Amino acid sequence: MGTTFVRLHPRNKVLGWIEDRLPWLSFLSAHTSGYYAPKNFNLWYYFGSFALVVLVNQIVTGIFLTMFYKPNAAEAFASVEYIMRDVDWGWLVRYMHSTGASLFFVVVYLHMFRGLMYGSYKKPRELLWIIGMLIFLALMAEAFMGYVLPWGNMSFWGAKVIISLFGAVPVIGDTLVTWIMGDYLPADATLNRFFALHVVALPLVLILLVVLHIGALHEVGSNNPDGIEIKDKKKPDGTPLDGIAFHPYYTVKDLFGTGFFLLLAAFIIFYAPTFGGWFLEHDNFIPANNLATPEHIKPVWYFTPFYAMLRMIPAKLPGVIVMFLGIVLLFFMPWLDRGIVKSVRYRGLGYKIALGLFAISFVMLGAVGAGVTAEKIPEWFGAGADVTTIENAFGRFWLIVYFGFFAFLVFYTWWGKEKTRPVPDRVTTHA
Amino acid sequence: MANDAVVDKGRRRFLTATTAVVGGAGVVAAVIPFIKTWEPSAAAKSAGAPVEADISKIEPGQKVTFAWRGLPVFVVNRTKPQLDTLATVDSLLKDPKSENTDQQPDYAKNEYRSIKPEWLVVTGICTHLGCVPDFFPDLKPEPFDPNWKGGFYCPCHKSRYDMSGRVYDGVPAPANLQVPPYKFLDEKRIMIGVNPTEGAA
Repeated sequence: MGTTFVRLHPRNKVLGWIEDRLPWLSFLSAHTSGYYAPKNFNLWYYFGSFALVVLVNQIVTGIFLTMFYKPNAAEAFASVEYIMRDVDWGWLVRYMHSTGASLFFVVVYLHMFRGLMYGSYKKPRELLWIIGMLIFLALMAEAFMGYVLPWGNMSFWGAKVIISLFGAVPVIGDTLVTWIMGDYLPADATLNRFFALHVVALPLVLILLVVLHIGALHEVGSNNPDGIEIKDKKKPDGTPLDGIAFHPYYTVKDLFGTGFFLLLAAFIIFYAPTFGGWFLEHDNFIPANNLATPEHIKPVWYFTPFYAMLRMIPAKLPGVIVMFLGIVLLFFMPWLDRGIVKSVRYRGLGYKIALGLFAISFVMLGAVGAGVTAEKIPEWFGAGADVTTIENAFGRFWLIVYFGFFAFLVFYTWWGKEKTRPVPDRVTTHA
Repeated sequence: MANDAVVDKGRRRFLTATTAVVGGAGVVAAVIPFIKTWEPSAAAKSAGAPVEADISKIEPGQKVTFAWRGLPVFVVNRTKPQLDTLATVDSLLKDPKSENTDQQPDYAKNEYRSIKPEWLVVTGICTHLGCVPDFFPDLKPEPFDPNWKGGFYCPCHKSRYDMSGRVYDGVPAPANLQVPPYKFLDEKRIMIGVNPTEGAA
C-alpha cells in the first residue's frame, strides 16, 4: 500500500460529525500527505499533473462551449463562428478548449515517454500502465469526435476517413460503417451522436479511468528516475526512507510547474491559437462539403504518426491492422521487455539507442503523416522527383524502426543480451 | 430463512446461476433497441432515392459530378483517345478485367466499365478510405506519375485510377471505383440508383 490511512478526528464539531459518518478528510489525507513519493523526481514527473490540469480545463471550457454550440449539421459551423464573434469572450473559451486538446497530447506523449525511459510499466506497475494506455485510447476517441463537431470540411473528411477504417473489418465492415454514421455518409445523425459521446459518454469514461489510474498508482507507489523501489528501505515509522509526502512537497512542486505550463498555454491561446495550422487546420475554416475533398486530408498533428502507418501500407486491411498494432503493442510493453533493470540510466547501451530511435521514428512518421515530407521532397530532390516513391521509402524505413523497437526488446531481453550497470541502493540526487 | 437453517449451497448456486442467465438475457434484449437507434433513420433511408441526371451538356472529355445518396457520382464523356489508352495500361492495374463483382453491376463488367463506351458513370469515392479522387484527364506527365495516361488521382493517400476508374497496382486502394446502378432514360438523361431492367423507382 503506497498510502497510509489514518482515521482523523477533527476538533470542529461539524467536521467531526461528518467524519464519523463519511471519512472524507481521512481519505484525502491518506492520498495527499499520507502518500509518499520518491524524493528524486525530475522535470519528467510534471506531465501527469499537467494532464490533470488540462483535463479540468477541457471539462470546464467544454461545459461552457455546449451552452452555445448547436449539434446540428445545418447550424454547427455557424454556431462555432457565433461563439468566436458574437459571444462575449467566446473566442477565449474556444481557444482554451482547442489549445487544451493539443496540449493534452503533448503532455500525454511526454508522460508516456517518461514511462518508457524509467521502466514505469514494469512489475508491479503493469496494470497502472495498461490503465494509462486505455486513457490514451479514450483520449484519441474523445479528440477525434471533438474535431468533427465544428463541421468544417476537415471535420467532415476526417470523420469519413476514420469511420471508413471500420469498413476494413471482414464481412460486416460496410454495415458497421453505415451503423456508426447512421446514414450513407457522415451526416447530421453522425454529428449528433458524436456530440453526445464527446460531451457525456467519453468524459465519464475518461474520469473513471483517471480515478483508476491514480488509485492503481497509490497502491503500487510512484516509480522514479532511478527505477528503485523506495518501499524496500523504510524509516522506523514505516514510511519510505527516500520518500517524501506528496502534500506539501509535490503539490508545491506541481503548482510551480503548472505556473510555467499555464504561461506557455496562455502564450499559444493569445498569440498563436491555430499554431500555424497545426492545432486548428486551415481547411477546417471551410464548411463541410461532401462533394469536395480538401486538397490534403490529414489529421491533427497528434494522430499523424499513426496515420502515416496506415498510409505506408499499400492495402486497406493490412494498413488498418498495422496502425492498430502500433498502439496495441504498447499495451504489452510490460511483457515484451523482460529486462530486470527499470531505468534507462542503468540499462544497456542497446536499450538507450533503441529508445532514442523509437522516439525519432515516432516524430518522423508524424512528419510523413502531416505531409511535411511530401512538401519537402521536391525541394530536396528537385521538382521532377517521384514524391510517392521517396516518401514511401522514407516512411517505411521509420515504420520498420518503430516496430523494430518492440522486436529488438524481445531479442535483447529474453536471451539476456542486455549488459546493465549496477543499480544504486538508494535514489540519487544532485545535492 | 429460519434463524438456524443450514444453507443448501447446491440450491443457492443453482438459483444464482439461473438468475444470472435470465438477467443476462434480459440485459442483452434491452441493449438491442439502443444499438438499433444507430441504424439510418427512416428519413435517411428515404433520402436515398434514385436521381435523374441530364448529360446532354457534358462536352467530350468533360466530367460532371451528380449527387446520389450524398455521394458524388462522376459522369465522364470520354473521348476516343481516352478510350484508346484503356487497353495500354492493363498490365499496370490490379483488376483490369473488373473481376471483383462488388464494384460494378454485370452490365458494366466490360472493357469500358459502362453501358455505352463513351459514358463512364462511377461513384467518386476512393475505395481506400472514401475520399473524392480528382480528375486528371490529360495524357501528360503529372507530379505523381511521369507516365500518366489520364484518370483519377486521390489526394488523400495517392491512389490512382485510369479513365475507367480501374485502380493501379501498388497504391493503397484495394478495388476499382464502384459503378453505381444506372440506366439511360434516353440519349440525354440517365437515372442513377436503378438498374436498366428496373422501373423508375
